[in-house]
Amino acid sequence: MMIQAEGLTHYYGPYPAIQDVNFGVRKGEILGFLGPNGAGKTTTMRIITGFMPPTHGTVTLDGYDVVEQSLEARRRVGYLPETVPLYTDMSVNGYLRYMGTLRGMPPKSIKSRLSDVVDVCRLGDYRKTQIGKLSKGFRQRVGIAQAILHEPQVLVLDEPTIGIDPIQVVETRRLIKELGNDQTVVLSSHILPEVSMLCDRVLIINEGRIVAEDTPKNLAEDLQGVERLEVEVGGPAAEVLPVLKGIRGVDDVTHVNNDGRHTYTIQAQAGKDLRDAISQAVITNGWSLRGLQMIGMSLEDIFLSLTTHEEL
Amino acid sequence: MRTAQAVAWKEIQIYFSSPTAYIVGLIFLALTGFFFTQDLGDPFPEATLVPFFDGAIVIFILLAPALTMRLLAEESKLGTIELLLTSPVRDWEIIAGKYIASLTFFLVLVALSFFYAILLFVYASPDPGPIYAGYLGFILYGSAALAVGLLTSTMSNNQIVSAVVAMGILLAMFFADRAFGSISGLAGEIIGEMGVRGHFDDFSRGVIDTTNIVYFLSVIAFFLFLSIRTLESRRWR
Repeated sequence: MMIQAEGLTHYYGPYPAIQDVNFGVRKGEILGFLGPNGAGKTTTMRIITGFMPPTHGTVTLDGYDVVEQSLEARRRVGYLPETVPLYTDMSVNGYLRYMGTLRGMPPKSIKSRLSDVVDVCRLGDYRKTQIGKLSKGFRQRVGIAQAILHEPQVLVLDEPTIGIDPIQVVETRRLIKELGNDQTVVLSSHILPEVSMLCDRVLIINEGRIVAEDTPKNLAEDLQGVERLEVEVGGPAAEVLPVLKGIRGVDDVTHVNNDGRHTYTIQAQAGKDLRDAISQAVITNGWSLRGLQMIGMSLEDIFLSLTTHEEL
Repeated sequence: MRTAQAVAWKEIQIYFSSPTAYIVGLIFLALTGFFFTQDLGDPFPEATLVPFFDGAIVIFILLAPALTMRLLAEESKLGTIELLLTSPVRDWEIIAGKYIASLTFFLVLVALSFFYAILLFVYASPDPGPIYAGYLGFILYGSAALAVGLLTSTMSNNQIVSAVVAMGILLAMFFADRAFGSISGLAGEIIGEMGVRGHFDDFSRGVIDTTNIVYFLSVIAFFLFLSIRTLESRRWR
C-alpha cells in the first residue's frame, strides 16, 4: 500500500470534520474522493500531505508516518490545494524553480525537469509571464506543474478541475489519467462522471464519513437500482396512473400536469429496465406515448440513496 | 540549508522589487538625515553620530514591522503556506530564510547611512570609537526588531495586525527602563533590564560591553525561537 490511513478523525474546535476514515491506496492507483462541499475531502487531503496532523488516527505514505516521519513523507508528495497557491509576482519559470528547490531537487535536474513539465502542462509560451497576469485555467496548469515537478510518488489533487473552462477540464483530465499510469494519485471532486472517468476506485464521503467505497463500475451498477424514468403520456391521468403503478417492477409513480402535458416520474426497482413494459402498457390501452427517458441521478440523490443504503 | 537559501533569495528579490521596501528606505534616510543635521546648526557643533543613532532606533520601532509584516502573514493569506508546509522543508529553515532576507535589506539601509559617517570623517575629525560601537549597537538593535516583527508576522495572516503588534512590543521594550523608577523591587529591576535604551546607550557612547551584546543576541534568539514554534503550531490549529 502506498497510502494507508487508519482511523482518521479531525476536529475543528468541537466540530468533527472527518470521523474514523480508513482507506488504503495501492501503488499506481487513482483514488477519487467524491462528496459534496464540506464533506471532509480537503481535510483528509491536508492530513495526507502533512499540512496538519489528524486529531486521532495515522496515515503512512510509502511506510512513512506523515506526523512522526513528516519530512520523509513530504518528500514523496506533490500537492495541488483547492485554491491554487501561487506567488502572483513571480514568473512561471521563477515560481517552478523555487518550488523545485523547496522540494530538494538539485539545480541541474530542476532545469531538465522544468522543460518537461512545461511541455506536459502546455505552458511553453508562458514561461516568462508573471503568474498574476495568467488566466485561471493557466494558473491551474502552473499549480499542477509544481505538483508534478519533483516526480512525487504520491500526487494529491484537491478539486483539480474546479473553475476552469470545459476545454481545459478535458485537458486536465487527460493529464491526470496519464500521470496515473506510474504515480499514485488521490483526487477529490464533486462531479460524479469525472470521478468515474478517471479513478480506479472511488470513496464517497459525506459528513466526514466514508459512506461507500468501490470501483466506479460497481458503484454505477449499485446506483442503477434507483434509476428513474420520466414518461409523458397522452391520456386521462386518472386512468394512466393506476396502470403505470400496476406494472411489475414499479415502486412509485408521481404525476405532474403541466398545461395539459401529463408527465409521470417512475421510480423503478433494482436492476430492472422497464422501458419496454411501460411503452407496451401505454400503447395497449390506446394512449399515446409522447416521451420516455431515463433520468440521470443528481449527486444529492446518490448521497441520499447511499446513506439510506448504509443504514439499512 | 539550500532551501533556507532559496527562501531568503526569493524574499530578497521581493524586497528589491516592492514599493514598500523602498518607501521604508526613503523614510529611514530622510528622517535620519534630519536627525543627523539637527545639531550641526550649533555655533560649536560636535562631530558625532549620537543624534543619528538615537533617532534611528526610534524610527525603527515603526519601520522594522513594515519590513517584516509581509514575510509570513502573506503566505497564510495567499494559501502558499500550504505548499511551504507540505514541502520537505524544516520549519526553522523557513524562518531562517525569511529572517536572513529582512536582515539583508536592513544591512543595505545601514550601509547607505554610512554616508553620514563619511561626511563626518571628511569634514571633521570625530572620535571613531563611538561611531563603530554605535553602528554595532544599531545593527544589533535592528536585528532584534526584525526578529520581533517576524514573530508577529508568523502569528497572524493579517499584515496590519502583525505590524501593529510588533510596534507594540518594540514600544514596550523601548520604554521598559521607566519601570526602574515606577515599579518597586525585583520586578521593576527585571522589566527595566529588558529595556532597549539602557543597553543601546552604552554603544553610542562608545562602550562595547559584553552584557549588552548578550542582551541583544538573546532577544534575537528568543523571538526567532518563538517564531519557529509558532510556525510549528500552525499545523495544530
